[in-house]
Amino acid sequence: MLLHVKDIHKTYHTADGPFDVLRGIDLTLDAGETLALTGESGSGKSTLLHLIGGLDTPDAGQIVLQDRDIATLDDTARAALRRGTVGVVFQQFNLIPSLRISDNIAFQARLAGRHDPAWIATLTDRMGLSAHLSKYPEQLSGGQQQRVAIARTLAPKPRLVLADEPTGNLDEATASTVMDLMLELVSEAGAGLLMVTHSQALAGRMSRRLHLKAGRVA
Amino acid sequence: MNVRMLLLLCWMPVAMQAQGFAGLGTQAEGFSVPQPGPVFDFPTDHGPHNDYRIEWWYLTANLKAADGTEYGLQWTLFRSALAPEAGAGWTAPQLWMGHAAVTTPNDHYVSERFARGGIGQADVIAEPFAAWIDDWALQGDWATMQMRASGPEFAYDMALTAEGPLVFHGADGFSVKSAAGQASYYYSQPFFAIEGTLQLPDGDIAVTGNAWLDREWSSQPLADNQTGWDWFSLSFDDGAKLMGFRLQQTDGANFTSATWINPQGETTPYSDGALEAFPMAFNDADVPVRWQVTLPDKGVDVTVAAINDNAWMTTSVPYWEGPVTVSGSHSGVGYLEMTGYD
Amino acid sequence: MTKATLQALLSHWWRNPLQLFTLLAGLALATALWSGVQAVNAEARASYDAAAATLGEGQYDRLVRRDGQPIAQDTYVTLRRAGWLVSPVVQGRLNGVRIVGVEPLTAPSGIGPVAPQEGTDVVSFLTGDGQLFGTAETASRLPDYAFVITPEAAPGTAVTDIGVAQRLLGKPEQIDTLIVLPSQPMGRAALADVAPDLMRQSAQGGSDIARLTDSFHLNLTAFGLLSFAVGIFIVNGAIGLAFEQRRPVVRTLRALGVPLRRLIVLMGAELMLFALVAGVVGVALGYVIAALLLPDVAATLRGLYGADVSGNLQLRPVWWLSGLGIALGGTAIAACGALYQLAQMPLLAAAQPRALAMAAGRRARVQGQVALALLAIAGVLMFTANGLISGFVLHATLLIGAALALPLVLDRVLAGLSSLAKTMTAQWFWADTRQQLPGLSLALMALLLAMAANVGVSTMVSSFRLTFTDFLDQRLASELYVQVEDAAQSDALVAFAGPRTNAILPIQSTEVTIAGQTTEVFGTRDHATYRDNWVLLQAAASAWDSTFTNDTILINEQLSRRAGLDVGDLVQVQGQDFSIAGVYGDYGNPIGQAVIGEDVFAILFPDVIPQRFGLRMDPAAVPDFVKELEQATGIPAAQSVDQARIKAISLAIFERTFTVTTALNVLTLAVAGFAILMSLLTLATMRVPQLAPAWAMGMTRRQLGKLELLRAMMLAVLTAIVALPLGLALAWALLAVVNVAAFGWRLPMYLFPLDYVRLGLFALLAAALAALWPARRLARTPPADLLKVFSNER
Repeated sequence: MLLHVKDIHKTYHTADGPFDVLRGIDLTLDAGETLALTGESGSGKSTLLHLIGGLDTPDAGQIVLQDRDIATLDDTARAALRRGTVGVVFQQFNLIPSLRISDNIAFQARLAGRHDPAWIATLTDRMGLSAHLSKYPEQLSGGQQQRVAIARTLAPKPRLVLADEPTGNLDEATASTVMDLMLELVSEAGAGLLMVTHSQALAGRMSRRLHLKAGRVA
Repeated sequence: MNVRMLLLLCWMPVAMQAQGFAGLGTQAEGFSVPQPGPVFDFPTDHGPHNDYRIEWWYLTANLKAADGTEYGLQWTLFRSALAPEAGAGWTAPQLWMGHAAVTTPNDHYVSERFARGGIGQADVIAEPFAAWIDDWALQGDWATMQMRASGPEFAYDMALTAEGPLVFHGADGFSVKSAAGQASYYYSQPFFAIEGTLQLPDGDIAVTGNAWLDREWSSQPLADNQTGWDWFSLSFDDGAKLMGFRLQQTDGANFTSATWINPQGETTPYSDGALEAFPMAFNDADVPVRWQVTLPDKGVDVTVAAINDNAWMTTSVPYWEGPVTVSGSHSGVGYLEMTGYD
Repeated sequence: MTKATLQALLSHWWRNPLQLFTLLAGLALATALWSGVQAVNAEARASYDAAAATLGEGQYDRLVRRDGQPIAQDTYVTLRRAGWLVSPVVQGRLNGVRIVGVEPLTAPSGIGPVAPQEGTDVVSFLTGDGQLFGTAETASRLPDYAFVITPEAAPGTAVTDIGVAQRLLGKPEQIDTLIVLPSQPMGRAALADVAPDLMRQSAQGGSDIARLTDSFHLNLTAFGLLSFAVGIFIVNGAIGLAFEQRRPVVRTLRALGVPLRRLIVLMGAELMLFALVAGVVGVALGYVIAALLLPDVAATLRGLYGADVSGNLQLRPVWWLSGLGIALGGTAIAACGALYQLAQMPLLAAAQPRALAMAAGRRARVQGQVALALLAIAGVLMFTANGLISGFVLHATLLIGAALALPLVLDRVLAGLSSLAKTMTAQWFWADTRQQLPGLSLALMALLLAMAANVGVSTMVSSFRLTFTDFLDQRLASELYVQVEDAAQSDALVAFAGPRTNAILPIQSTEVTIAGQTTEVFGTRDHATYRDNWVLLQAAASAWDSTFTNDTILINEQLSRRAGLDVGDLVQVQGQDFSIAGVYGDYGNPIGQAVIGEDVFAILFPDVIPQRFGLRMDPAAVPDFVKELEQATGIPAAQSVDQARIKAISLAIFERTFTVTTALNVLTLAVAGFAILMSLLTLATMRVPQLAPAWAMGMTRRQLGKLELLRAMMLAVLTAIVALPLGLALAWALLAVVNVAAFGWRLPMYLFPLDYVRLGLFALLAAALAALWPARRLARTPPADLLKVFSNER
């Protein structure tokens, strides 16, 4: 089993008092499996994604990734996890504006110390970015930028890909194309995919789906 | 730091070095070195020996006022040579340093002077004898002498009368300072009666007492492993006197030497080990100010205690020098000098 | 990983060279300001010190021959043997080099600034051919002599042993002057008995001015600290902005798996590298500034002391160190705060927007409380500070408190203005300005400090100048001063000078104790010289009249302060009661002083005769008069002092120092202006999203640009309004607290409204210039960029 989330709780402390975002979530994911995470705004799906990505820590529960509970890791160890094992595709792309497209794509692979030029060339080619390698992010359209972000995430061949509404900023046609590519590449890499989405259509293309409601699996 | 400090750094190796007075062991290139079996020629030998590196005229006195208060007094002229010749004018290689002090039970007044040889500001003449630096002077025929010195807070004017002969330390004036054989020429006039007036901030005080004048010259009196000394000159009430010193070595051991002087001025020299001096109490600056001094051969077992614990000479090369009282097997007074403690 | 991260970090600057430039330039300018002030300050001080030390000027009394001829060496020995602790000095010139021969064994320390170092050889110095100590430049002028190069020696001067100097100068057994050591033994013979042909010259003459100079230097040092504070603010601003700009990138890097610790180390190293580069540039720049300002100072010092003072600035290692220290230290301080914030920054950007907003609000509250506390301390100290430390604490609390309070004050003011706004545009303008405030606050603080420093320093310097001029007029009013030895000379002088001068003013004094204070009391002749020139700080009616008619006494400020005496109090002089009619300023004098009428002085102190006379006459006639006086009465020219000349030179030297200070003021303001430019440029790109709605609502880009310019100037004006009282308070603290604590007298404070107006205009100009470019850029923002704001919105 690639990922096993056990009874995760997370509470945010706000001015109006504590707010329980996650109230006991369990889920599993195998390698090569894709899972859609759906739910209304505020249902806790992004938070869950961040916890699995090691961007935040749960208040209670276990997140076992490749037989290790990442909730117990310290900041540096979680950073290492993000570098190599888990890849996150952000809704806002989060490209580095001062780096060229080629450097942006290669960036995470270089961070992880797994720079494979052939694989990156393949990714670039499949994503249709070959003509843009020497440009800067601001010179690309939203769809192109998201493809750069996906290529960047896949470049180090992560075991688990997390995507937070990766096509939320794209029009329907572009979104569909980008999604196809991502599913293809994830499947080729044999990685697991966990994707937060609003779109029923997108969710339908995943092997499983999980609906969250008020911090619980509905 | 100015030139004077530079000069002091130069001076110290030949006089007393701040770092444990160890510089007295410096080599003596071109200078004469004391040899055993000296034959002294007076009055010439009262004068300077310019071919030796270092020389002093060193007088200390125990004084008493009419009210019984005890005082101490020091008058010292050091000669230090940059080259073994007298020279003349500003280029003369002889440098002079004077130290004068008055010690009261509560205060210790110190003054220091420097002068170049060759221009007349400081010098020693053997015949008729006169030693001076600035307005400080010690002069006379060694039977009777006049002595004066002054500082910002004190001055004194004294008359000395010899009541006994010169005495010679070690082997007829050849005083060995270390196991390695370093030595100096060393004789004293310990039998001076002294009287005169001390001018102190609170007024003039008439005093009488006895004084002890040391004459010593050498070119390398200390061995390399010697860092300082404790020197005693004790005058007992029965008329006998004792000169003793303890040289401190870097290995913690000591080298002692002593001269017993009977009331007639006849001497018994003692070599290393006969005299023992043991510090019993220390002042705030960790300088021993009470000693047990023993010379078993003469039945001496006395306590030597400073009259003023803080007789620290705040001169460019600091040391401790002050009057002491003696009690125990013998009673009396004396002077104590300690170097290598700062 | 390190390489990739570093590439990502550095590529930011590559893509945004303007931001890099502003960061480096901010750091470099702050360093330049600091090292420039330090350089001028230190060099001026070193010049005074070198000149003073070489000559022993003002430090020691001296013995010279009455006839001005050399003193025989035997006389020196005779004096020493009589208990006079004196040290011989012989001087002369050789190949244009001033040779000073001293006797190192007897000279007081501090004479002949020579430090022993490797290569010095005492035997050679004292005997043989001798050694000379001097700068490399001096040594090159005397190639045939053995030199020990000492960079800190006075320029154009070689110090050597007296024996060597006598030989070099061809003055065997001759001595020019004998320095009298401060501490002398008891029971010393009188000079007249030992060496009747010598006279003693008091050190007192030069020391009044020396003390005034000390005070000036203290104030310059305070200014140096102010410039340091301005510099630190600018560095802080530059660093803070640099971090602010890269916040999103930092977040991304962390999300992609760069450990926080690694990121902090790398960013810290990156900043230190920049600081080093900027620091080197800054020190060099400061050096250039100082070098441009310095020749004038050197020229006048040369005139004043007649000594060679280098017009060339020496780039001393200590400046490099202190300059780089400011750059690196300032960066480190600023970076620590920024890196701390970075470490605390949640990895997930907008997870808790409310919490962040609350944190910001809490920070503002804390800042307000700290500012209030500091200002409260300052307020208390204003009335209670009485020592040097508390004076400086007052300074610091005022500065920091005011700087911290500024953004809050501005925010309140803007809120007030906003509520008064009638039109939509106006309301938007005020609201938008408030929103911009946090981004601009560091730059505005820098501007505040710069302006306050300027107000403070110009007030201090100008007050000082007025006081100094008055003081010189007061004390050096007569055209010629003649010293007399005895009653016969006195009579001869009066007889000779009577028909040839406008007035003869005897100067006679004796030391007494008034109200427990050692006081020099003067018997003074009734003359307009005093009434016209002396400045009374407090005075009863017709103070001079009653004093000259022998009923009252005038005392100096020092005596008044120390003994707590005021006008109207009674004091006793020699058993006679006097009512105090006035208190006069006596800048630089360490002890008490008092003035009574000539007649009553003669009755109280019948044995005291005048030692000096002030002669009022046509300044042009002075040189001839001195010559004729010597011929007619035998009073040597050496006893006459042409004070008019000294006064002119003294004034000139201070004028130069003031020029330098003014130039530095302008520089400070320029640096603050730069800080504003930097902040506005940075804000400009971040502001597009805020401006886009206004543009969409129908404001033209031109209008927006104008408003930007207006906003910068308006903020500058508001800052200036706060800066004025702050600057005046700073000046007051310097003059009335620090100076009193350090020297025992208060420098009167004068106000210079025109200067302040000019300063305000300068600040406005600086702000306008700084805002011009960002505003123009804004006015030319392509509409597409503005549109993007909407299209990019999620």
